[in-house]
Amino acid sequence: MKDFFEIRWHGRGGQGAKTVALLFADAALATGKYIQAFPEYGPERMGAPVQSFNRLADREITVHCSVENPDVVVILDQSLMSTVDTTEGLNDGGVLIINTVKKPSEIREAYKVRKEIKIFTVDASKISVDEIGSNKPNTPMFGALIKATSILDFDKMLLDTEEKLKKKFKSKPEVVAGNINSIKRAYQEVVAE
Amino acid sequence: MSNIVAKTGNEAMAEAMRQINPDVVAAYPITPATEIVQIFSSFVSDGKVDTVFVPTESEHSAISACIGAAASGARVMTGTSSQGLALMHEILFIASGLRLPMVICEVNRALSAPINIHCDHSDTMASRDAGWIQIFSEDPQEAYDQTILAMKLSEDIFFPAMVTTDGFIISHAMSRLEMYSDKEVQDFLGEHKTPYNILDTEKPMTVGSIVLQDFYMEIRTQMAAEMFKAKAKIQDAYAEFNKKMNRNYNVIEKYFMDDAEYVIVALGSTAGSARYLCEKLRENNEKVGVVKPRVFRPFFAPELVEILENAKGVAVLDRSDMMSSTGGHLFNELKSAFYGNAKQPPMKNYIYGLGGRDINMSDIEKVLHDIKEFSVSKVKDSDVKYITVRE
Repeated sequence: MKDFFEIRWHGRGGQGAKTVALLFADAALATGKYIQAFPEYGPERMGAPVQSFNRLADREITVHCSVENPDVVVILDQSLMSTVDTTEGLNDGGVLIINTVKKPSEIREAYKVRKEIKIFTVDASKISVDEIGSNKPNTPMFGALIKATSILDFDKMLLDTEEKLKKKFKSKPEVVAGNINSIKRAYQEVVAE
Repeated sequence: MSNIVAKTGNEAMAEAMRQINPDVVAAYPITPATEIVQIFSSFVSDGKVDTVFVPTESEHSAISACIGAAASGARVMTGTSSQGLALMHEILFIASGLRLPMVICEVNRALSAPINIHCDHSDTMASRDAGWIQIFSEDPQEAYDQTILAMKLSEDIFFPAMVTTDGFIISHAMSRLEMYSDKEVQDFLGEHKTPYNILDTEKPMTVGSIVLQDFYMEIRTQMAAEMFKAKAKIQDAYAEFNKKMNRNYNVIEKYFMDDAEYVIVALGSTAGSARYLCEKLRENNEKVGVVKPRVFRPFFAPELVEILENAKGVAVLDRSDMMSSTGGHLFNELKSAFYGNAKQPPMKNYIYGLGGRDINMSDIEKVLHDIKEFSVSKVKDSDVKYITVRE
């Protein structure tokens, strides 16, 4: 049995798959976890499929290999499911969270996802357009991820993220509120099968 | 008061540089080390350090500027990787020959050709004979700590030092970092020490003069003797660091070595993965252990022999090849260290992960199975094996 929790993020170049892994690790650290976050470095191009990874644990993590069997896969762009093997290495009981307008049952049907994998869906793109004003699905997926896995204390994470965003966007306070609302909404709106 | 933050290896090294607050940093960017000096240059422009930042037109110039500054009594640092370190090569020998303290934050990356930006240890190993202290780090915490430690050490022994992390695997991977306050770092470093100052008009001197058959031999022999003596001073430096900074580092780290029968020896990040695997295998009572040398130059040969001589089998992992038909750098050092020793444990070399090829748990577990088989087998046809490679 491994002593850590592994997440794989799938996105397209420019969607913030790397940033979200770093932000999520930082938020997890604030709740007392040991963390790792690293992107897969390849030929990055706008729109090309990219991946990034997290490891979370209650103890020191000394493993420095790539993530092969994630506990959770988060997909920032549903269209990747037709071209990338997004469930690769995902064990039975694993969790798949997708930014999509579709319901989990529709995703399972469309992409023939085996029944041992739990599917969650949320329309993070719409949430981000409503709350932030542009299609930035990465931050809202925080909310969906925590709801689906209970891996972190939601309230603690939200407080810490708010603090960090406030520092980062001193001149644009509306960005902070938008991001926080989008995380909250994704937490509430994510649906299981 | 320690401060817990999330940082990548490059960010951790840049933070260490900020807290060291060197007088001069001269650098040229190269993947995957670019961020170190890029972040540091913003510390300079934000007024967070007092450093004179010299953006040079090549790594050759960067290290040359470092030498000029160090010879003028400045505390000096730079960062580089791969081809950058290779371009510094001729100047590396001058820095050590002039006995100038300085620290390079080195990010281990493969050498061309073919062009590859990912991790292996070819670059650092190619400069192993340059008279520099070489320190490997497993993760961002060690990179941060050892950068601070190396600055003081370098000024205590008047040898330049390079502290390395594994390219991308650590340089671009974020993890938990416990930072000291700026004051704690400055208190640890203490007064800046310099062997001489060419700008001191009270003591005019020539540095880098020509020395032929008359004295070159003596100078190099003295230097070799000083490197020999440096070993004890390096051990003292780690002990002092542990005491003042509340760490528990050793020149050679041993994990599960009290009764280990089969042992993996590895540098950098791979040692961490191997440690986790051994921890899991120990739950099934498998007597396996890991040895992680932090310091590769100078090489702690008798110390490693003492740790390894009672093993039933020693698997030496090398992320570099000497292209000599005799395996990798660490293996060759260890084999040589064991010559003439009464006990000779079976030892085999596994060359892995060149150009960033991933090494996973099952690869390391296979190494442990292989070394067991190798140790009991009567036939030992080859003691060098290439793994993590298409067959």
